[in-house]
Amino acid sequence: MERSIRMVTVNIDGKKIEVAEDTTILKAAEAAGIWIPSMCYSDLLEPYGVCRLCSVEVIRGKRSRIVTACNYPVREGLTVNTNSDKVKWIRKILMELMYSRWPNVPVVKEMAERLEVTKPRFVSLERDESENACILCGNCVNICRDVVKASVLSFEGIGIERKVVLPFNEQSETCISCGACAYVCPTGHIKIKSLETERGALQDFYLGPKSAINIPTLQAVPRVPVIDKNSCIKMQTGGCGICSEFCEPGAINYEMKDEEVDIEVGQILVTTGFNLFDPQQIPQYGYGRLDNVYNSLDFEFMLNSTGPTGGTIQCKDGSEPRAVGIIHCVGSRDENYKKYCSRVCCMYALKFAHLVKDRTKAEVYQFYIDMRAFGKGYEEFYKRLLDEGVNMIRGKVAEITEESYNGNKPHLLVKCEDTLIGKFREIPVDMVILCPAIEPAQDAAKIKKILSISQSPDKFFLERHPKLDPISTMTDGIFIAGCAQGPKDIPDSVAQASAAAARILSLISLGEVSVDPIKANVIEEFCSGCRICNNLCPYTAISFLEDKKISDINEMLCKGCGTCVAACPASAITGKGFTDEQILAELEGLLTV
Amino acid sequence: MSEEKKQNGWNPKIAAFLCNWCTYTGADLAGVSRLKSSPCVRIIRVMCSGRVDPSFILKAFKKGADGIFIGGCHIGDCHYSEGNYKTLRRIEFLKIFLEDFGIDPKRLRLEWISASEGDKYAATTLDFEKQIRELGPLTFMN
Repeated sequence: MERSIRMVTVNIDGKKIEVAEDTTILKAAEAAGIWIPSMCYSDLLEPYGVCRLCSVEVIRGKRSRIVTACNYPVREGLTVNTNSDKVKWIRKILMELMYSRWPNVPVVKEMAERLEVTKPRFVSLERDESENACILCGNCVNICRDVVKASVLSFEGIGIERKVVLPFNEQSETCISCGACAYVCPTGHIKIKSLETERGALQDFYLGPKSAINIPTLQAVPRVPVIDKNSCIKMQTGGCGICSEFCEPGAINYEMKDEEVDIEVGQILVTTGFNLFDPQQIPQYGYGRLDNVYNSLDFEFMLNSTGPTGGTIQCKDGSEPRAVGIIHCVGSRDENYKKYCSRVCCMYALKFAHLVKDRTKAEVYQFYIDMRAFGKGYEEFYKRLLDEGVNMIRGKVAEITEESYNGNKPHLLVKCEDTLIGKFREIPVDMVILCPAIEPAQDAAKIKKILSISQSPDKFFLERHPKLDPISTMTDGIFIAGCAQGPKDIPDSVAQASAAAARILSLISLGEVSVDPIKANVIEEFCSGCRICNNLCPYTAISFLEDKKISDINEMLCKGCGTCVAACPASAITGKGFTDEQILAELEGLLTV
Repeated sequence: MSEEKKQNGWNPKIAAFLCNWCTYTGADLAGVSRLKSSPCVRIIRVMCSGRVDPSFILKAFKKGADGIFIGGCHIGDCHYSEGNYKTLRRIEFLKIFLEDFGIDPKRLRLEWISASEGDKYAATTLDFEKQIRELGPLTFMN
């Protein structure tokens, strides 16, 4: 049942105003365009009435009282005087007291001027308060306790010793760095220290969200903010909820949960993509150990104009690199890690070289095994890079170390064999970019199990035929495209995905599917219900009929491999086209001649 | 008798169960590529090496096969995901029993040959034929 809002009429400074009952005088006056000074009022908090600057005179009948406007609710027939001599006198005294203590705080100064207090009348305390801008309004303490529900801040001491403190004056473990206290502080005394800038912009690549509510990426579709469940105060402690107060259309819903949805489909296209090989597996390259050794994704992030450096190429200390080494085939084409070629690295390494040349004056060294500029226009791009003066060194890098000569700032040293001149070389650079192998998505084995598709020895999904059918899998109705099938660049992925989509559409428009006639089926009379076959089927085509106590084969799922036929101890399963009798007859015929 | 047979132009009978997707196609490739493979091999096509019932092998030996060759896809490469694992399990198990039947387990051979490995098919069958010739005819029936 909703409570109906009663409207009341109040008289503020002779103006008749109609407002909802229980509105505070401050809000009612604000609606009428009457200014009431306040230092501690915040929309986010319950009114606390601590600065007392909003004191007004309330007249009811013949009685008059001084109350704080911020927390005094209006009633029918209330008469308020915000500008009487008595009110002015009280405000002035309050302001003079505040001004005496905090003469250097801009907000206090501003308010004093507005209230025509030009000079503090009282003697200033004999202590240096120039660094202290805390006016003890308590907003920070209140928001931390009532809204954030972290209760990190509290008051300590009495009288002139009263101050806002952290427990034991140490960084608190319960502080979640939400910044709410700094937000409500009227004087700006509380500042949030950014650890990120202190450590240097490139200390850690911040790929994740920066606040609990954010738009995941610039290219997010749909482009709407989402709440990070693990960082949201509301979802963690039940406090806060400020965003829902600010969202006018009421779009914020804290009750939404991850849910599982069952969708019936006839065909599936698997495009689960790839993982980047972790270069930490090759410790001699120093990724994660040496400064200024990046992998291609880190560097791509640095190049991004919305990234941490705004698109400028810089070392960790902010300086421009004098030389950049780009190392191809990190983990790919390597007997110890991935034997295959990741295809895309050569070309993006060239792109990196081009961008480094374009944005800096750095010398660029490419360390490659073979240059594979395989696509349309790629060889031309490679030629262009050679003209731009990129140094190409053919050889695998043995080690990257950090060296420092004569006390100069340390730089990286790339040690490798130049196979074209047959010499061992050591090349000093400021930055190294590793081009790691493309590897199958980490949950590929799980997807393989769910969809009953196969993986080739390199663990990418296996296509039905490498040349004639690189789109479909051995399981009917399941198609693969992109890096899920094998490393490939964007044009190839687009081509393969388009082909898969066309194949799917053609099957949809056909309306029916043809299946191979080679199937296994159970002879019900012979089946003893031992269930040996049930777990053998890679396509989960065999189920156990609880009512008949026998196994049953779904002909649509069965691919006719015959594994179950061979396993059945009672010979109750026959494989069409390959029955025991047929095979034995074949054997007889073959061996008698 | 075996010595006699060896000298009198005896040719071993080798029954081969080849999986439709890998080894059977590999054998085809060997033929198309004009590679010499063993002429003693008599091929039976099965959809998957997992279809090979151990009883087929025993029956084939009984019916006069001197050696039995089973070809499947490489491990992890099976057309049917994991049929060849089941074959591997069964064949290794069966080899233990073959001794009890008086059959040298060397007469049974399991190989992984993919569709593109025509040369491997040719080489392996020739090698297997050589091995069977050394072992001589299977005489456990007598």
